[in-house]
Amino acid sequence: MSIELRNVSKRFGATVAVDRVSFTVRDGELVALLGPSGGGKTTVLRMIAGLERPTEGDLFIRGQRVNDVPVQQRNIGFVFQSYALFKNMTVFKNIAFGLRVKGWKRRDIRARVEELLALFGLEDLGRRYPHQLSGGQRQRVAIARALAPKPRVLLLDEPFGAVDAKIRQELREWLVRLHRELNVTTLFVTHDQEEAMEVADRIVIFSRGRLEQIGTPREVYETPVNEFVARFIGVLNVLELEVWGGLATVGEIQIPAPGLRDGDRIRIGFRPYAVAISPDLTQYRYLATLQRTYFLGVMLRLELETEAGLVIRARMTKEEYAQLGLRDGLKVSFQIRNYRVLATEGAPLGPEEKAAYPELPSAGENI
Amino acid sequence: MAGTPRSRLDTRPTPARGVEEGGPVRRLLIGAAVVFLGVFLLLPLANVFYQALGKGWDTYLRALREPDTLSAVRLTLLVAAIAVPVNTVFGLAAAWAVAKFDFRGKALLVTLIDLPFSISPVVAGLIYLLLFGRQGPLGRWLDAYDIQIVFAVPGIVLATLFVTVPFVARELIPLMQSTGSEQEQAALTLGAGGWQTFWHVTLPSVKWGLLYGIILCNARAMGEFGAVSVLSGHISGQTETMPLRVEKLYHEYNATGAFAVASLLALLALVTLVFKTLLEWKQQRDFARAQQAPAQNSHEP
Repeated sequence: MSIELRNVSKRFGATVAVDRVSFTVRDGELVALLGPSGGGKTTVLRMIAGLERPTEGDLFIRGQRVNDVPVQQRNIGFVFQSYALFKNMTVFKNIAFGLRVKGWKRRDIRARVEELLALFGLEDLGRRYPHQLSGGQRQRVAIARALAPKPRVLLLDEPFGAVDAKIRQELREWLVRLHRELNVTTLFVTHDQEEAMEVADRIVIFSRGRLEQIGTPREVYETPVNEFVARFIGVLNVLELEVWGGLATVGEIQIPAPGLRDGDRIRIGFRPYAVAISPDLTQYRYLATLQRTYFLGVMLRLELETEAGLVIRARMTKEEYAQLGLRDGLKVSFQIRNYRVLATEGAPLGPEEKAAYPELPSAGENI
Repeated sequence: MAGTPRSRLDTRPTPARGVEEGGPVRRLLIGAAVVFLGVFLLLPLANVFYQALGKGWDTYLRALREPDTLSAVRLTLLVAAIAVPVNTVFGLAAAWAVAKFDFRGKALLVTLIDLPFSISPVVAGLIYLLLFGRQGPLGRWLDAYDIQIVFAVPGIVLATLFVTVPFVARELIPLMQSTGSEQEQAALTLGAGGWQTFWHVTLPSVKWGLLYGIILCNARAMGEFGAVSVLSGHISGQTETMPLRVEKLYHEYNATGAFAVASLLALLALVTLVFKTLLEWKQQRDFARAQQAPAQNSHEP
């Protein structure tokens, strides 16, 4: 167990930034702290680093309680969102700084810095100053500087926030490779769910200071514990239905609602991939118009609108789309294959349900 | 580039574009400025040197070699040697506290730092005179221990300290605020102690602004008249600084002597001006370089 938080809270005056958070990170893991801004994820990272003190709770690094260990002695590497490179020092001196203050010998410092410059592809930039580097180079210098003293844990705050989209993609892949090579326990903060899904072994999801869920990208996507997680990870269609005579209805959509009273309202959520579409208007239960198709590469996102004005988001591959002969403006039939009943945010979700329909579907129904 | 030090040095005004005054108006304005500067600044300055050297180089040197004048020069140097380092340390500490921490009474501290700018130096001198003088609340106690502040060197040092408090702090506060504290935090995470962080990270990032503040502080410490005059007692050879010496010599109808000492002070002013211009030029060059550089290197290898 590399890092462990037990009921850690942080209050700034009356504001609760982090509220009784507990989780553990295993040795060598690459973990994302994910959540909307103001969710408390950066505060958690800074507490692990020792830049903030927990108001309550215990913090362990490698089994040692570190609440009272000052930042200098925690042996962590921290990469700031703005990189915080020393402006008045060259790249070489930036990377050497952590070794110099620890009293390494001059020769060892040189060897270690050169090793890192080579590892990070910065060989020719040792004599440059930070203002002479591009955003991506600055970030690599910041990571090299953090790794130089061989920290037990590497912490990165929004590591890809300050670079443009194309470089960001390269840097993500590079970070994964780097982590595989060095195998140092790594935590990074991000507000971008795609980034977290792509890079991390496990994701810790925060919202308003509370830990919502921790799991592998697949777990949080397929079995979100509540509506917040379900909506934050990936795209989710949400519909609010009103119960009448054992059926919950909104627009054309009807689902059975056994055990609910007339006038009750329920919310259901379903992923775009749970929507089946056909140009054959008799194949599925509901009718809609394909309003718009978004090309996102191999996958396409489709926006359907029913007569009653419900907007449903769906997705499919390019091949399926071509096979079905779909185009914008076409009338289609669709079906929701499965959905979840959502409770209020923060409360647990109902189990995923196969959509059973109150009336028998027309012939050829495929669920 | 974000986080580039913002200081008074960077805000050199640039002429407004799009407003092209006609030839005559422009010539008139420039002419007026030149005449004004010439009559009120350059002419008196030139006159100082002219009067000082008017009776020849030998007379000039003899006037400077007078024991009381030499003593005034020594005292001025001593006062500056105390006041400048003390206010440099205070300015650094105050700017650090204001820029990096949030605490109760921060606004009050900033206002207090400015106080010596807004108070007449004579009043500042009087405050100390009343506080430490024979009739003052501390006077009797000091007397009992035979410590003399008023009409002695300590009083002069105190007065000079008071009037030069703002220079370093005022220069550093905006600079440190714009730099933020992330570089320091980065140093801490890398294992550096507080002192190492200050020495290797904080100080280098504000060095030009600091030097600028020190130069101004020094110029004022050597040139201060009002506050020092109240507390000095004007004892020739003992409690006279250069500005006081100038006044006394002049009142004794020793124009050559007065202008000789004045020329030294004027020389100090000129040296200060040269340093200040050099620093401004240096900082602006750094600033321009910092702004251009990222654009030249935006490609990813």
